[in-house]
Amino acid sequence: MTALIKKDQTTAEAARAAAVRYVMPDVNIYESKDGYTIEADMPGVNKEGLEVTLENNEITVTGHPVSEGVAGEVLFRQRHGLSYRRVFELDPAVDTNRITAKMHQGVLFLNLPKSEAVKPRKIVVSE
Amino acid sequence: MNIVKWQTPTLANWPSLGRLSDLRDEIDRFFDSPFPGLTRTSDLLAGWTPALDVYEDKDSYTVKAELPGMKKEDIEVSLHEGLLSISGERKSEAKKEDAEVYRSERFVGRFQRTVTLPAPVTADKVKAAYKDGILTITLPKSEEAKPKQINVSVN
Repeated sequence: MTALIKKDQTTAEAARAAAVRYVMPDVNIYESKDGYTIEADMPGVNKEGLEVTLENNEITVTGHPVSEGVAGEVLFRQRHGLSYRRVFELDPAVDTNRITAKMHQGVLFLNLPKSEAVKPRKIVVSE
Repeated sequence: MNIVKWQTPTLANWPSLGRLSDLRDEIDRFFDSPFPGLTRTSDLLAGWTPALDVYEDKDSYTVKAELPGMKKEDIEVSLHEGLLSISGERKSEAKKEDAEVYRSERFVGRFQRTVTLPAPVTADKVKAAYKDGILTITLPKSEEAKPKQINVSVN
């Protein structure tokens, strides 16, 4: 898991080096015995604007906000309007075939289940 | 416009260090200010100041605020004497009992933002919608605040 965090920072550096500007979303990461859960704040992004790609052992989350086209002039602007991007290195225990993603009110929920083989199992002792 | 300072989020290489320097600023400010209680609440203590945009067209003002992951009923919008106030509370997602936390960057708790409207609005026609984590408030200008075309006849 430390690898996951370290990688996270070096890829952020790489993303900054690229010409396209992205914003790194705030995330929460949890691990349970069944797998990992990542929650990421990406306001303005819906299902259509979300890309989740898996390459080797890295999962990349990119979110493009819905273009808004509000009529009128801007009086005050704080929102950056940029796309979101963040890369995570996966624990080899994650079963990449069963990863699921869900968007709800601008929050991404990424569910990364562990493969059955690595889950702690109770072994029944026979006679 | 009465708005609390907010920093554009950037790709922070070391988010934790960013927070440390915020803390140092905070301590500096505490010792610099003779009446710390009377100066504005700092970003660090204020917690979450959701980013917002304000637009104007000839008929109305539109305010858009980024409030990802809220429940509709946890958002409060009020209008009082030309001050639009957006407040509420973001609650943490229900998580499993045995889960270990690796990162906890998302804000949890109460927030409030206040916007002074430049002109009077029709309070009973204000509409608010919440979609994709963005709160959009449309405030139609009151009749006297709208620009009027006056035809002057010259004899």
